[in-house]
Amino acid sequence: MSDIMKNTLLFAIVGALIILTGFMQSWNSALTILNMGLISAIMALGVNLQWGFAGLFNVGVMGFVALGGLAVVLTSMAPVGEAWAAGGTRVIVGLLAGAGTIVAAVMAQQRLAAGRTRNLILLVILIGGFFLYRAIFDPGVAAVEAVDPAATGYLGGLGLPVLFAWPFGGLLAAGAAWLIGKTALGLRSDYLAIATLGIAEIIIAVMKNEDWLARGVKNVNGLPRPVPYEIDLQNSQSFVDSAQGFGLDPVTASTLFVKLNYALLFSVVLILILIMAQAALRSPWGRMMRAIRDNEVAAEAMGKDVTRRHLQIFVLGSAVCGIAGAMMTTLDGQLTPGTYQPLRYTFLIWVMVIVGGSGSNLGAVLGGFLIWFFWIQVEPIGLWLMETITSGMAEDSGLRIHLLNSAAHMRLLTMGVILLLVLRFSPRGLIPEK
Amino acid sequence: MDFLNAIVALSNFVLIPAIAYGSQLALGALGVTLIYGILRFSNFAHGDTMAFGAMIAVLVTWALQGMGVSFGPLPTALLALPFAILGTMALVLITDRVVYRFYREQKAKPVILVIVSMGVMFILNGLVRFIIGPNDQKFADGERFIISVREFKAMTGLREGLAIKTTQGLTVVVAIIAVALLFWFLNRTRTGKSMRAYSDNEDLALLSGINPERVVMYTWLIVAALATTAGVLYGLDKTFKPFVYFQLLLPIFASAIVGGLGSPLGAIAGGFVIAFSEVTITYAWKKVLVYLMPEPLEPSGLVQLLSTDYKFAVSFVILIVVLLFKPTGLFQGKSI
Repeated sequence: MSDIMKNTLLFAIVGALIILTGFMQSWNSALTILNMGLISAIMALGVNLQWGFAGLFNVGVMGFVALGGLAVVLTSMAPVGEAWAAGGTRVIVGLLAGAGTIVAAVMAQQRLAAGRTRNLILLVILIGGFFLYRAIFDPGVAAVEAVDPAATGYLGGLGLPVLFAWPFGGLLAAGAAWLIGKTALGLRSDYLAIATLGIAEIIIAVMKNEDWLARGVKNVNGLPRPVPYEIDLQNSQSFVDSAQGFGLDPVTASTLFVKLNYALLFSVVLILILIMAQAALRSPWGRMMRAIRDNEVAAEAMGKDVTRRHLQIFVLGSAVCGIAGAMMTTLDGQLTPGTYQPLRYTFLIWVMVIVGGSGSNLGAVLGGFLIWFFWIQVEPIGLWLMETITSGMAEDSGLRIHLLNSAAHMRLLTMGVILLLVLRFSPRGLIPEK
Repeated sequence: MDFLNAIVALSNFVLIPAIAYGSQLALGALGVTLIYGILRFSNFAHGDTMAFGAMIAVLVTWALQGMGVSFGPLPTALLALPFAILGTMALVLITDRVVYRFYREQKAKPVILVIVSMGVMFILNGLVRFIIGPNDQKFADGERFIISVREFKAMTGLREGLAIKTTQGLTVVVAIIAVALLFWFLNRTRTGKSMRAYSDNEDLALLSGINPERVVMYTWLIVAALATTAGVLYGLDKTFKPFVYFQLLLPIFASAIVGGLGSPLGAIAGGFVIAFSEVTITYAWKKVLVYLMPEPLEPSGLVQLLSTDYKFAVSFVILIVVLLFKPTGLFQGKSI
C-alpha cells in the first residue's frame, strides 16, 4: 500500500510543479511543459523497454526520434508531382540498386566458400554496385532538387492525415532498428553503445544532406496538424463567446485550447503504450526478458534464443521512440534536422530513465515529466541564482556579466549532477523496479 | 600525364591533412584505450575532457598574449600546454576521487561505469560552456605556414602548390614526442610495467603486490596529458568549439576499437586508418585524376565518393566491418 501512496505522491508533486508554473509564469508555458513532458515520457518508456527490460545500452535514441520526425513529412505533406515527374522514379530505382548491391554482397558472403575468389567477387559487387547506384541516383536527385528549390525541391509525402504519421514513424524506426540490431546486437554492451551512437549521427547526417528526401537543412515547414489552427478559432464566433464565458481573451484561449487538444491526444498515446508496457512486463515474455537481462548464460541454457529476443525488444523500444519523435514533430509543426542534438535527444532521455528507475515503467513516465520540467526551468532558476550571487557586485563588473550570460548553460551541468547523485545514492531510481 | 603534379596535389589535399588528423585521433584514442585497459570501461566523457584541457590552454594563451609573451614563430598555445595539462590532471583526479572510485570499490558492471561517464560528460560539457561559452574561439598565433603554396611553387616551378601549416607540422612532431614518451613510460619504468601487468591480468597483478589505486592514478594522469595534448592540437589545427569535441568521440572510439581496445599500438594504427579513410573517401579526386589520366579519359564530375558531411559514416562503416569480422581489432585488443 505504501508503494502506491509513495508513487501517487511523487506524481502529485510533479503535477503540482507544472500547475505552479501555470500560476507563477503562465498557463501557456505550463501546457508547453506538459506536452513535451508527455512526449518525453513516451521516449523514456521506449528506452526503458530496451535498458530496463533487457539491459540493452542504446545511445542512438536521437536517430530513432529523428526518423519519427521524418515519417511525419513522408506521410502528411502533399506529394510534389513535378518533382516525381522530374526524377522520382530514378531516385527510387537508384535506391533499389543500392539496396540490391548490399543484399547481393551479403548473399555472396553467405553462399560462396571462403577464400580469395569470394573476396574478389565481393569487391566487384560492392564497387560495381556503388558506381551503378551513383550513376542512376545522382541525376535523379539533381532533377528533383532543381524543382522550385525555394519552396519544394523534394519529393513530398503521401498527403495522408497527419495522425497516420505516428504509427508510420514507429514502423520507420522499427525498420532501422531491425537493420542495426541485425548487425550490432550480440556485440558486447559497450560496442552496441558506440554503434548506436554512430547510427544516430548518420541518420541525422542523411536527413541534413538528402534534400530530395525532406529538404535537408532548409527544413519542412507548415506540416498539417491534427488539431484546429488558432486563427480559425479566433474567427469562430462560438469559440470567442465561450472563451469570454471563461473570462479569457480569444487569443490566449485559442492557444490554450490547441495545446490542451495536443495534451489530450498525447495522453491517449502515452496511456496506451504504458498499459501495453505494463502488460508486457508482467507477462511470461517480460519475465523471460528480465531473466535474460539478469543472467544471459542461464537463460541461454534454458533454451532461450538471447540474440533473437534482444533484437525483438530493440526493435520494439526503438519503435516507441519513433512514435514519440513523430508526435514531437507534429507538435512543432516543422521538421528541422539541424536541431537534433545528442545531448538533448539521447542522453537526456537516459537521465529520465535512470532517475525514474530503470526497469520500472511508471518510473520512466515520472522521470520523463520531472526531468523535462527541470530541463526547462533550470534556466530561469539559474538566472535567478546568478542574479542573487552577483547582486553584491558592481553593475558593469566583467565577472557579473559573464555569469549572467552563462546561466543558460546551467542545464547540462544540473542534469549531470542529478544523474550522478541518483546513480550514487539511489541507483534504483525514484520508483524502483519490483 | 603529370605524375609530379598529381603527387603534389595528393599530398596537399589528402596525405598532409590525413596525417595531421590521424595524429590527433591517435592521441585521443590512446586515452580511450588506456582507460579501457586499466579501468575497463568506455569513457564517454573523453571528448569533453579534451575540450576542457583545450579550454584551459585557450584561456592561458589569452593571458600570455595579454602579457605580451610569445613563442616566436610557434603558437603561444604550446607554452600554455603544460598549464592546461596540469589543470586537466587536477580535474580527472578530482572526478576519479568523487565519482569513479565509489563504483570501483563496489566492482560495478562496466556498463554502469559507462552511464556514470555519461553524467561526467554532461557536467564537463556544461562546465566548458559555462566558462568559455559555446562559440568558436581562435587562439592560434605565430607563423601560419611552414611552406606556403606560393613559396612551394616558386621553389619547384610546379603548377600545383603545396602548403604545410605550422599547426600540421606541430601536430605530427608533438604527437611523435608524446607517443615516444608514453611507450618509454609503459615499457621501461616500473610504474608503466605495473600498469601493463594490471591491464593484462588484474588478479595476478594484485597478487604480486601492485597497488591498484596507484595504477589507476597514473592512468588518469597520463590520460589527462594525452587528452589535453590532443585537444589543443585539434583546436590549433581546426578551431576550438566545445561541441566539436563531443562529436570527435565517434571517430576516436572507432580508432580505438579498430586498433583493438586496450592496445596502445592499435590505437595509433586505428587513428590513422580512420583518418585516411575519412579523408580519401570524402575527397574530390578530380584534380589528381586530371593530372594522371590522358585527356579524353578525364573525369567530368568531382569523383567524390561521399560528400564531406558523411565523414562520420566512414568511420562508422569501418567500425562495423571490424566488429563483424575481427571483433578484437587489428592488434588483438581485449574483448571482455
